[in-house]
Amino acid sequence: MLDRAVTGSQKYWGWLIFLLILMGIGFACYLYQFKVGLKITGMSRDVSWGFYIGQLTYFVGIAAGGVMVVLPYYLHDYKAFGRITILGEFLAVASVVMCGLFVIVDLGNLPRMINIMIYPNPTSILFWDMIVLNVYMLLNIVIGWNVLSAERKGIRYQKWVKVLIYISIPWAFSIHTVTAFLYAGIPGRHFWLTAILAARFLSSAFASGPALLILLCLIVRKVSKFDPGKEQIRTLGGIVTYAFILNMFFLLLEVFTAFYSQIPGHMHSFIYLFWGHEGHVSVLAPWMWASIAFAVVALVLLIVPAARRREDILAVGCVAVIASTWIDKGFGLVIGGFIPNPFERVFEYWPTVPEVLISVGVWATGFFILSVLYKIVVSVKEEVAA
Amino acid sequence: MGVDRRGFLKIAGISALLGLGGKTAIDFLAPGDLEASMDAVPLTEGKRWAMVIDMQKMDEEMMEKCIEACHSEHNVPDLGNPKDEVKWLFKEEYEHTFPGQKHDYIGDEVKHKNFLLLCNHCSNPPCCRVCPTKATWQRKDGVVMMDQHRCIGCRFCMAACPFGARSFNWGDPRKAPKELNPEFPTNQDYPTREKGVVEKCTFCAERIAKGQLPACVEAANEIKENVFTFGDLADPDSGVRAILRKHYTIRRKPELGTEPNIFYIV
Repeated sequence: MLDRAVTGSQKYWGWLIFLLILMGIGFACYLYQFKVGLKITGMSRDVSWGFYIGQLTYFVGIAAGGVMVVLPYYLHDYKAFGRITILGEFLAVASVVMCGLFVIVDLGNLPRMINIMIYPNPTSILFWDMIVLNVYMLLNIVIGWNVLSAERKGIRYQKWVKVLIYISIPWAFSIHTVTAFLYAGIPGRHFWLTAILAARFLSSAFASGPALLILLCLIVRKVSKFDPGKEQIRTLGGIVTYAFILNMFFLLLEVFTAFYSQIPGHMHSFIYLFWGHEGHVSVLAPWMWASIAFAVVALVLLIVPAARRREDILAVGCVAVIASTWIDKGFGLVIGGFIPNPFERVFEYWPTVPEVLISVGVWATGFFILSVLYKIVVSVKEEVAA
Repeated sequence: MGVDRRGFLKIAGISALLGLGGKTAIDFLAPGDLEASMDAVPLTEGKRWAMVIDMQKMDEEMMEKCIEACHSEHNVPDLGNPKDEVKWLFKEEYEHTFPGQKHDYIGDEVKHKNFLLLCNHCSNPPCCRVCPTKATWQRKDGVVMMDQHRCIGCRFCMAACPFGARSFNWGDPRKAPKELNPEFPTNQDYPTREKGVVEKCTFCAERIAKGQLPACVEAANEIKENVFTFGDLADPDSGVRAILRKHYTIRRKPELGTEPNIFYIV
C-alpha cells in the first residue's frame, strides 16, 4: 500500500515539499541548538521547561483523542465510525511522533538518551511515559495498517488485530493519564499538584483530538473523492461539545478551590497567568484571556444545536476549541507551573525564534507523516469505492 | 590508589601496543587498581549527613567566601547571564527562603536578610524519584548524589525540586567567558561538565569521603568556628544532634514531606 503514498497530484507533492522546507529550517535550527546548547531557548533556571514540553503535552492529548472514534465503533457498535476509525488511528501515530520529537529536542544531552534504557528507573513517570507512548504508537500503526489492508482486499481483518484494538482503547486513556502524572505528583508546584489534572487532560484531549479530526475530515472531503460522512462529522461534533464542556467545568473547579480556599500557593499561578505580578501584566496574560475568549466562542457555537449542525459553523467551533486548548495546555499549563518559582519570585518566559522554528519543524514532520498516511487511506478508500 | 586519567591513558596506550583491550589490559598492567577507580566516590561511614547553619553568626562576607569556595572547588563557572546561571550554594532573602513564614510586619532587616541555600539532601527526595536514568540518587549515607556524566538533561529533577537547588548547563560550561573565569577550571581534580546536564551541591561527597569537611564549612571555619555544623543525624552523639537538641531550628518547606536535612538557627 505504501506505493499509494508516492503517486499523487501536483498539489499533494507541493504540500509535501512545503512541509519538507519547514522541516529543513527546523532541523538547521536544531543543529544550532545541539551545538550551542539550550541557552538559545527562552528557558532558564526558573522556567526549566517551556514550549517544547508544552507541545509534547498538547500532542499527547491529540493522540489520545483519536480513541473517540475507535471506542464508539468497537465498544458501542456505532457502525458509522467504521469509515473513519483509520483517520483517528493515523492521527494518533503522527501525534505520537511529534511527542517523541518534542522530547528529543528538549533533551540537554541527546546522545545519552539510551541511558533511559540502560539504567531504567521504574519510579520515574518519564520512564513510563516513554513506554506507554511508544506502545500506543505501535498499536496504532499495526492496527491501522492491518485494518486498511484488509479493507483494500475486501476481507475481514484477523482476530488478533481485534485483541490489539481492545487493548488500544484503555491504552489511549493511559497515555494522557501518565502524562498528567508527570506534573500532578510533584511536591511544591501547586499549579500542577491537583488530583483533577489527569481528568482535565483527558477532557481537553477528547475535545481537541476530535475537533482536529473534524477539520481533517472536511479537508479530506475537499481534496479527495472519499467522503468521511455527514453523520460521522455530526457525531464527532457532539463528542467535541460534551468533552469541551467538561474541560471548562474542570477548569472552573480548579478556580473555585484556589480562590475560595484563598491558599496563596494555589492562587499564585492563576493570578500570574491571567493578570500578572506586582502591577506588572504578565507576557502570558493576553494569551490566557484569548484562550478564554476562544472557549466562550466555542461553547456558544457548539452548544446551540442549530449552529453545531451546520458544518461551516462546526468548523469554526472546532478551530476555537483547538486554539483555546492549545493555549491552555500547550503554553499556560507548563509555564504557569514554574511561575512563581520556588522562592515565590517571578521570572518570565517567552520562546525564542529558533525555539519556535524548531517546534515548527516538529509540527511539519508530524503533518508530513499525517499527510502521507492519509494519502494512503484516501487512495485505498477511493479504490475500494470504485 | 585508583587509576587517574593520565595513568589510564598510559595503560591504554601500552595495552594497545600489546594488543590487549579493556579490563584485561588494566588487570594485567595495574592489578587491583581498576575496581577502585570504577567505583564512584566512595561511601562514607555516616548514615544521614546533615548540616545546621547558625544564621545569627553568619554575615554577608562569610556567605560570599563560602560560595566562592564551593564554586571554585567544583568548577562552577560564571556564565555572565543570569538566565543561564549555575549555582550550588547561593543567597536568598528571608521572605523568599521561607515564603510561608512571611507577614506584613516583619522588619526590613529580617525580611531582606540573606540566607545561605544549598541542596537540602532530603531524606525523601522527589528529584531522585523522578529521574529517568538514576543519574541522581540517594546514597546509603544520605547524600543526594548527582552523576553529571549520566544525566540526559531532561530537567525533570528541576521541576521536582521544591527548593530550586538544581541548575542546568544551558550553555557549555567549558566555554564560559574567559574574562569572567580566567582560571577555569579552578580545580583540576574535579571534573568539568558537558553542556546540557543538571548539577547541584553533593555535600562535597569527594571531600567527606576523605574525612574532610565540605568546602563551604571549611571556608567558614577559617573566619569563625561553629557557624556551620556538619555531621551525622543517625549518630545520637554527633555535633548536629547536640545542636538540634539545644536550639530551635527551622527547615525550608517541611510541610511537603521531603524531610530536608539542612537546618537553620534563626
